[in-house]
Amino acid sequence: MTPASNRAAVRVERTTRASRAGLVVAALVLLALVTLPRWGDASTMRILVEFIALLVLAQMWNLLAGYAGLVSIGQQAYVGLGGYALVVLADDLGVNPFAAVPLAGLVAAALALPTAALVFRFQGGYFAVGTWAIAEVYRLRIANTSALGRGSGRTLKAVFPLARESREITTYLLALAIGVAALAAVYGFLRSRYGLGLMAIRDSEPGSEALGIDVFRTKLGVYLGVAFGTGMTGALIYLNLLRISPDAAFSINWTAYTIFIVVIGGIGSLEGPLIGTALFFVTRELLSDYGAWYMILLGALAVGVMLRYPRGLWGLVTDRWDVRFFPVQRRVALDPAARES
Amino acid sequence: MTWVDTILQGLLLGGLYALFATGLSLIFGVMRIVNLAHGDLSILAAFLAVVVVESLGWSPFAALLVVVPVLAGLGYALQSLVLNRLLGRGILPPILVTFGFSIIIQNALLETFSADSRRLDPGGVETASVALGSQLAVGWFPVITLAVAVLILVGLQLMIGRLSLGRAFRAVSDDQETAELMGIDHRRLYALAMALSLAIVAVAGVFLGIRTTFTFASGPDRLLFAFEAVIIGGLGSLWGTLVGGAVLGIAQTVGAKLSPGWGILSGHLVFLAVLLLRPQGLFAKARRVA
Repeated sequence: MTPASNRAAVRVERTTRASRAGLVVAALVLLALVTLPRWGDASTMRILVEFIALLVLAQMWNLLAGYAGLVSIGQQAYVGLGGYALVVLADDLGVNPFAAVPLAGLVAAALALPTAALVFRFQGGYFAVGTWAIAEVYRLRIANTSALGRGSGRTLKAVFPLARESREITTYLLALAIGVAALAAVYGFLRSRYGLGLMAIRDSEPGSEALGIDVFRTKLGVYLGVAFGTGMTGALIYLNLLRISPDAAFSINWTAYTIFIVVIGGIGSLEGPLIGTALFFVTRELLSDYGAWYMILLGALAVGVMLRYPRGLWGLVTDRWDVRFFPVQRRVALDPAARES
Repeated sequence: MTWVDTILQGLLLGGLYALFATGLSLIFGVMRIVNLAHGDLSILAAFLAVVVVESLGWSPFAALLVVVPVLAGLGYALQSLVLNRLLGRGILPPILVTFGFSIIIQNALLETFSADSRRLDPGGVETASVALGSQLAVGWFPVITLAVAVLILVGLQLMIGRLSLGRAFRAVSDDQETAELMGIDHRRLYALAMALSLAIVAVAGVFLGIRTTFTFASGPDRLLFAFEAVIIGGLGSLWGTLVGGAVLGIAQTVGAKLSPGWGILSGHLVFLAVLLLRPQGLFAKARRVA
């Protein structure tokens, strides 16, 4: 066998049967979601906005921690900064509130640069606490600023002149666009050569550096991109809620929900956050009266999953069946046509 | 004279922060993990002391006789039953599991003790003060706290430097595999380190509860202050931790004096300034354990 014939007999598979079937299902679901304002009611749209917001937060944190190995406990910083950027852009600077949402993402990403300059000095556990400390700095700084309403926060007034129904529909469609774009961006990124580099870094930092991957720039790029997505989601959340305060916007609960969703669903996969968010919503509806007990249950579940099933619920599925709706890995397969010849 | 007083108060507050920081630093030094439930465990200790004080009628200082062994046992169990099972699986699992415990402890405290703020009453010591000259006075309790912090640091330093247990800590910290070949059971050692860390945390939590009011949600700030004291002082330096605690304490009291609401923020900002200008901390690495 010559090397040439070897090469002819194998090919690299980048799609799976499930991913092709999944594409059809995804298209149908998307069609249903886009036409929802015609047949659904306002409360469904509000819940879906919330669902999409948590899903995007989960996908962003999963990219950061599950793929780039940057275990941040301070992503609430960008939720809060995005929310406050929305209020300032729309109410103080007269930007259209819907157009202000992506701009708020840019503000978050711009502030992520100096933040990264500080927290990238840490590794591992100290990186986690460092990001948390800086989120607190942002919260306290805003809580001490009169123009931002200090501790009591502000109300988004720019949307008041709009009719309630059209505001809700526009918010919903914007959320849908952000959700689809975020999922497509993460999926596309992980399938690109940069994504391959990122996964190489996750497996071995010195090894990937030796292969010519710029570890620092790749991680920084992911950190800034995730800040953009998280900030935009923060703006979306407060476009939906209309009322923002530092304690709520910079609450560690944003990160706690996100982490529990990703860990339970399956860290390091794109399907995991989707399953985790769905599970989170179902259990929250069932257990909403229990408050603190619900968080205890969720935390215990996440700890248990981390101990017994480190790849989460989706890991259990892929252990049993070979399904991948979002295949990001390259797999070598024998080419039947080449084998026959 | 009021400024001298403010700085002195901050310095003494630093004693308390050093206590929190020492436990965190010890764990990181021995096994390179950060216990994100560190602050919440100290608040758990404070609530336990409340239970002991209220049910047995003891003074909070006597409650330490119960709270410290309980927390040490909890630490041993936490490490040997949970965290040791995560060894060799990278940085992510210990961070996420201890973060999970942080959220669980906070909500369990909320469910058990409600959201009301509590305080431990040692019966007058907390308000007694000693005059230093005609215009300056310091509280007895902050002085006791600083003294206890220094005693614990000295004890830890001696233990790490002189005792065989300390030598084993250093060995595992330097090279776990070789230490294992020399017959050291690193899992048991990790459990002992966590027990020791939480025993110190228990003291810190009870002293915090005597000094000020606390609620179920007071934990995360304790973790952040401990972390900042460690970084300001310089990783791996026990005495640096004491200085780091003092710098943080002074930054907070001076900030709060300049403008109410800026106390904690000033502490954070000094931490960021040190991180920016002297990332290795004020004291370079003297010894890797703790």
